[in-house]
Amino acid sequence: MPGSAVFRREFPVKGGDFSKAGTVACRIKDILKELGLDTQTVRRAAIASYEAEMNVIMYALEGRVKLAVSPGKVRIIVDDQGPGIADIKLAMTEGYSTATPEMRELGFGAGMGLPNIKKNSDAFHIESQVGRGTRLEFTIHTNGHKP
Amino acid sequence: MITLRDILSMVHGELLTPGSPLGLICPRIFASDLMSDVLSSAEPGSFLLTGLANPHVVSTCSVADVAAVVFVQGKRPDPAVVEEAQAKGLPLVTTKMPMFEACSRIASLFEDKSHAR
Repeated sequence: MPGSAVFRREFPVKGGDFSKAGTVACRIKDILKELGLDTQTVRRAAIASYEAEMNVIMYALEGRVKLAVSPGKVRIIVDDQGPGIADIKLAMTEGYSTATPEMRELGFGAGMGLPNIKKNSDAFHIESQVGRGTRLEFTIHTNGHKP
Repeated sequence: MITLRDILSMVHGELLTPGSPLGLICPRIFASDLMSDVLSSAEPGSFLLTGLANPHVVSTCSVADVAAVVFVQGKRPDPAVVEEAQAKGLPLVTTKMPMFEACSRIASLFEDKSHAR
């Protein structure tokens, strides 16, 4: 990308719509590949996006995923309207989950989502209001070497 | 090097995605029914062994750069899922073997190849 150009896209996510799960993350992955980003960055961004998308589908009413790509970094913001998270520290604990049996039958809800988004990001921020919703913001540097 | 062809033969598998490259190299195996674990722990290029055959398996593998999927215990995803995998270039295999037997047989394959070096 020349100069400091920023590539932006925004995707809606509907809560409870498991049939579309992964659509946004796969689209983000395709876009980042088309933009010529390295495979590790693409994979990290795709995994983090997928986890965030699944969280909206599993827990929120609706949400929006905003992608911004600029030289050196991929920034993703996920805003949702939903129940929010009362205890963010607890929600960030690996293995802690409020998933329903239905979610677990699909292979999700193991309490790894938020920690895995953080693991795949170079910068991660979460804020939530109970009864309103949750906002996730994470950035992946294109030359990063985290797993 | 262990290939998709070797894995197919070892688990007496059926290739669900015709035309998939049988020479695809299998560097390592990840076995799980939990897609959360695939997303957090599977290394890129891995072959996934799973008993889960819903559409999320294909999405998860695509996102996590899993190279191929072996469904155990005779599990077989819906034709639409197979079609999606085909479109994404993700080879799918099904075997009647249970998870432990499939893992054991593939592990022996890795051991044999390792001793043959």
